[in-house]
Amino acid sequence: MGLFDKFKSLLFGKGDVSEGTQDEKPVASKQDEPVSAMHKSPVNEAKPADMKVEQKPIIQKPKEEKPVADKITVGHVHMSGCTGCLVSLADNYEGLLTILDKYADLVYCLTLADVRHIPKMDVALVEGSVCLNDECSMEEILETRENATIVVALGGCACYGNTTRFCRGGQQNQPQHEAFLPIGDLIKVDVYIPACAPTPQQIRNVCLMAYLLLKGNDEQKALATAYLTPLMNLAAAGTEACGCDLMTEVINQGLCCGCGSCAAACTVRAVTMQYGKPQIERDLCIKCGACYAQCPRSFFSFDVCGQYESITNLIGEVMKP
Amino acid sequence: MEYLGQYKAVYKAKAGCEDILAKSQDGGIVTAMFAYALETGIIDGAIVAGPGDEAYKPEPMIATTVDELLAARGTKYSISPNMALIKEATRSYGLDKIGIVGTPCQIQALRKAQLYPIGLRDVPDKIALALGIFCMENFPYQGLFQMVEDHCATKIDNVTKMDIGKGKFSVYTERGVNSQIPLKVTHKYEQPGCHVCLDYVANMADISTGSVGTPDGWSTVFVRSAAGEAAFNKAVEAGWIIAESMDGVKPGLELVTKLATEKITKNQSYIEHRNHAEHAALKPLRNPYI
Ligand SMILES: Cc1cc2nc3c(=O)[nH]c(=O)nc-3n(C[C@H](O)[C@H](O)[C@H](O)COP(=O)(O)OP(=O)(O)OC[C@H]3O[C@@H](n4cnc5c(N)ncnc54)[C@H](O)[C@@H]3O)c2cc1C
Ligand code: SF4
Ligand code: SF4
Ligand code: SF4
Ligand code: SF4
Repeated sequence: MGLFDKFKSLLFGKGDVSEGTQDEKPVASKQDEPVSAMHKSPVNEAKPADMKVEQKPIIQKPKEEKPVADKITVGHVHMSGCTGCLVSLADNYEGLLTILDKYADLVYCLTLADVRHIPKMDVALVEGSVCLNDECSMEEILETRENATIVVALGGCACYGNTTRFCRGGQQNQPQHEAFLPIGDLIKVDVYIPACAPTPQQIRNVCLMAYLLLKGNDEQKALATAYLTPLMNLAAAGTEACGCDLMTEVINQGLCCGCGSCAAACTVRAVTMQYGKPQIERDLCIKCGACYAQCPRSFFSFDVCGQYESITNLIGEVMKP
Repeated sequence: MEYLGQYKAVYKAKAGCEDILAKSQDGGIVTAMFAYALETGIIDGAIVAGPGDEAYKPEPMIATTVDELLAARGTKYSISPNMALIKEATRSYGLDKIGIVGTPCQIQALRKAQLYPIGLRDVPDKIALALGIFCMENFPYQGLFQMVEDHCATKIDNVTKMDIGKGKFSVYTERGVNSQIPLKVTHKYEQPGCHVCLDYVANMADISTGSVGTPDGWSTVFVRSAAGEAAFNKAVEAGWIIAESMDGVKPGLELVTKLATEKITKNQSYIEHRNHAEHAALKPLRNPYI
């Protein structure tokens, strides 16, 4: 059996999957299981640089042969953000419909779902930073942490402050709104998706992996954990980002290979390559964190990236409508 | 650690076209594969290391014609940040099927970009053909310049080819080999980031190629992915590439394996050394690999 077939059978079980089986409810995985898995994992305690994931093959023979059919619940929590992150999620187009159809119920989203209060959910995608001068935001970010199993900081503002770092207050309507913090300065965050805006494909991948983590069997969880670990490490590493990270964390550490990924990732073209190394126009940088997270020398997993072919095929397959 | 990575087949190969071979580094595999892929619509452009504003200073370039591919032939032993154009290729150039050539680290960056497209919107599904070139080390331009002008006493503008092989860095001019220096002289000019590199033969490329293992004028070629296999076999069928079995070829895979093993074990022990476990007073340096 090829890797890809293995993946398919991991996800859907051995039988024909596309029809019929999806509506059968398998034994639901215990609600608290994934929670404790997330919180017990050393990821949240250890410093990111020293993190070691247990090295075991991601793909093993499936033990259980049941389809994975319960959906996870996902919410979009809107803090001080521009809605660009949500637009990015929606820019998966028919892919978004597939996700909502097969893998996730959108239980909260001020723009798209008619629910006023933050409900219990598996995954909260939080867009925007938190305005300290706005009581409602302060309450909602706490509520989000209490009600969500996994809190994902979606986009540069939620992860690192991004453009809201530059706020000085005094703007019309809410002149007293001046102090903004990335959500990780107020609550514990599990996963980061940096960049302004985060890309539709990165959001999709995190949603699919969260689904596998929460609803999958052991092997699926191993894949999802290996995939999500670097993004969990970013969340554990802190709430400050800047193009300068390329200097302090890559070049100064003797790690830069001159690949140019950082320059490609920067939305505002603050990074150019000079004599094979990144040069950062520091005044242009909006502190979104994309360049460093994209750099192959910020994190690189041979386990995950080495399987790019089968994982890419898997994503293509499960995203079919 | 799999030193040579996973592959479906390995060949001794070269381009079928003399025009390509005239100025290619080795067997002209990179240029021939891209030219074939461009002509047949497998790709609609390729990111290559084009000529820069100074001699042998590469500049990443998006080639959309065979002429542009030809202009980028030959190895420049300096950093060409080809990944810098990966998003631009889909935007300003509007490519849907991108070819890219890169050193192993650049191919790693590419695969990370496909699975973690953090700042690379709509890029992951537009990668059609990734060609990896073997790589032991690379040099910042200032270092390369010094190697050529000071150590080899050759004006870099007059150089027609450089190569690394059999323990030597060689510089050619129109009169043939002009100067050679042992690699122990060049080590100090290497890019520091190369010393944590754990890949010699671009294990994550669709197809990887290099000179080591096969006779002069030929290349060693690993065909790795399904996409790589399909493109390579068609290029062979169409006569763009001549491929022969590696059986009995000297020095063959034995030498490739030896060099890969040497590079990777040396760099692994350097990464451990950066951990400073033996020095209670020193903090560990960052390790990118998880
Ligand atoms: C820094 C470096 C180190 C190398 N070390 C080894 C080695 O140890 N052992 C070995 O067998 N082979 C090594 N190679 C590969 C070898 O020199 C040839 O590039 C390879 O065999 C391809 O030759 P070709 O005739 O098929 O390619 P050609 O048809 O000549 O095309 C070469 C292609 O490589 C691209 N290119 C040139 N320079 C660079 C660069 N700096 N970065 C990215 N792309 C570039 C060009 O744009 C062109 O498209 C190295 C290459 C580089 C750049
Ligand atoms: S990260 Fe960018 S797109 Fe998302 S809310 Fe902030 S400014 Fe808007
Ligand atoms: S340099 Fe660009 S990509 Fe990096 S943090 Fe700044 S704005 Fe973001
Ligand atoms: S992305 Fe590449 S060029 Fe940029 S800092 Fe990282 S290794 Fe260096
Ligand atoms: S040795 Fe490794 S890091 Fe250095 S250029 Fe070659 S592939 Fe990149």
